[in-house]
Amino acid sequence: MSGREEILGRVREALSVPSHAGVKAVSGEGVRDVREARGFLPDGGSTTEARLAKFRELAAKLKAEVELLPDLAAAGMYLADLAKKEGWRQIASHRHDLTNPALESLGVPILWTDDEPSTADLEKVEAGVTSCEALIAQTGSVLVTGKGCGGRALSVLPPHHVVMATLDQLLPDMLAGFDLLRERYRDQLPSFVSFITGASRTGDIERILVLGAHGPKRLTILILEN
Amino acid sequence: MQDALHGYENTRGGTEATFGDFEQARQTAAAIKWEAIENLDTLLGEFADKLEARGTRVFWAGNGKEAVDYILGVCKEHGAKNIIKSKCMTTEEIHLNPALEAAGMQVVESDLGEYIVQLREEAPFHFVFPAMHLKRDRISRIFEEKLGTEPSADPEELTMIARGVMRQKYCEADIGISGANFAVADSGMISITENEGNARLTTSLPKVHIAVLGIEKVVPKLEDLSVMLQMLGTAGTGQWLTAYNSMIGGPRQPGEVDGPEEFHVVLLDNHRTKLLADPEQRDALRCIRCGACLNVCPIFKNIGGHNYGTTYQGPIGSVITPHLRGLQSYKHLSFSSSLCGACSETCPVKIDLHHHLMRNRRNAVQEKGGKMERWMFGQFAKVMTHPKRYRGSEGLMRFGAKLWQPFKGRKLDPLKAWTASRDLPAPAPKSFMKQWKEREREQAQERGEDPS
Ligand code: SF4
Repeated sequence: MSGREEILGRVREALSVPSHAGVKAVSGEGVRDVREARGFLPDGGSTTEARLAKFRELAAKLKAEVELLPDLAAAGMYLADLAKKEGWRQIASHRHDLTNPALESLGVPILWTDDEPSTADLEKVEAGVTSCEALIAQTGSVLVTGKGCGGRALSVLPPHHVVMATLDQLLPDMLAGFDLLRERYRDQLPSFVSFITGASRTGDIERILVLGAHGPKRLTILILEN
Repeated sequence: MQDALHGYENTRGGTEATFGDFEQARQTAAAIKWEAIENLDTLLGEFADKLEARGTRVFWAGNGKEAVDYILGVCKEHGAKNIIKSKCMTTEEIHLNPALEAAGMQVVESDLGEYIVQLREEAPFHFVFPAMHLKRDRISRIFEEKLGTEPSADPEELTMIARGVMRQKYCEADIGISGANFAVADSGMISITENEGNARLTTSLPKVHIAVLGIEKVVPKLEDLSVMLQMLGTAGTGQWLTAYNSMIGGPRQPGEVDGPEEFHVVLLDNHRTKLLADPEQRDALRCIRCGACLNVCPIFKNIGGHNYGTTYQGPIGSVITPHLRGLQSYKHLSFSSSLCGACSETCPVKIDLHHHLMRNRRNAVQEKGGKMERWMFGQFAKVMTHPKRYRGSEGLMRFGAKLWQPFKGRKLDPLKAWTASRDLPAPAPKSFMKQWKEREREQAQERGEDPS
């Protein structure tokens, strides 16, 4: 058995000879600090309007639906409408300040992941409604964690993922997303973090895009102004 | 395949244009991975400590066998029967699937492309797009054959067939096995990039999750992913970001509603430290396996992925495989390059691939081939430099080739080492020199000259 010390020893010995300067020079004198490198990446926008426009633009490319709604009551109505159109018989969610009131009068049975339903039961629901940690304008992503957003499976197992967010959760870029996680969880980061960018998809057959490979076929993002 | 790769180039170009400065972003990505590789000892230690502090079991595997044995041990301990896997080239490298199957377990690849090549019992064609060489009719046929489904020419229908099969498998699986694209040192998390959601399901639903990754996957900080994930998406598939970029830092933690009870991380050396010890070429370990160098390589486009006979195809495969498996047996890979430089140009972490290929060629020549090979090339030189000997050899070649036919590819074949993975061209029925002479004669006759 090699074990940690043996492998780290080999690594240390290998690194005792400095890297060839000529080879290193090929990569150029790059900016190492990701904060300084922020401007090299796609821009997320400096105002809320710009961020929202960017987020909508990318979501449209990804075929994700984005709805800007005035308040929770409107969200409740929107969900009721979705339930009717998609014929929801059972959905799943988690208890949260946004999801609870919006689902209150939906009239569709709800599995709450807080109660730890079985995988087999969770697999049968038509939609999963979750909160999120943040929305990322730069990439059109939804940032979720296993701790804050109903667990690992809720946002990937049901065929339709509905995200509820507020407008002030819309951050400019991924870096701001990581900053938020550090601030919120310190050194106890959730065991699961994910940037969700569009619905599940594949291009494995002749590079033709198909939505809903294994995860959700549909992604809807409801953004509340209040 | 050519169409697919053309499509990739177009989308990637469009995505690059949305960057503030793609070139500079590339340099930042290159710098992040340089720092990681040059500080691998401390960063790996930190990565493992952080993981262990939150209940993950970290196993350090010196080679493929140790990794396989450990994973087999975990599977047996849990009495596992069904294993679900999400795409992981490292497990291809250590030949994990055959070992698990030999131990009586059922192993299913959940990535659609991987699943298709698994059903066909062949190796992935491209380490990002495993089934890119297959048209829909071939895929439909293999589904018909192995799953008993109706034929279909619709990629969506075919995808849904696989989705249906897989849903069942996730729920049954005792253990999920994944790879990782990055190992984040400062927070003890692995990061997985994917489009389908199969890796998320594989790492969420089964009671046990095992991640297998090479020691080179490290990045120093969580924030570094803000650059790396976008570079990987853009270079890998042309999308600015893939559908799911997930970080996993342990088994289910207190206060969380789901997730595996056990999380194992297998850190694999398997000759990577050998490559690390080469001060000239260690930076090839910075590779983030985006596959871009394959997509732009004229050789890959022509010969395809299977002809490399390696886990990692294309330019990067040709650079690292001789180090990982021994220079002499894989040195020919360094010659399967036109040295056009398209690979170095496209690499998101600026690995100077085509120069590394030249260095491998140089090293292969310096190290010298086997005795037999040297003797053969010596004879070859003698023959080639003397017209008389050359002419004499032609007849001998044709005679030899006839004599050789019945032995070709069999145990007794004296050229087996060479022909096992290559074809020996049949000698032309008439040599160029002979043809030239005949033509001269014919033309002279046409002109009415006396040929003699
Ligand atoms: S060498 Fe560069 S271009 Fe090739 S797969 Fe690795 S990171 Fe991508």
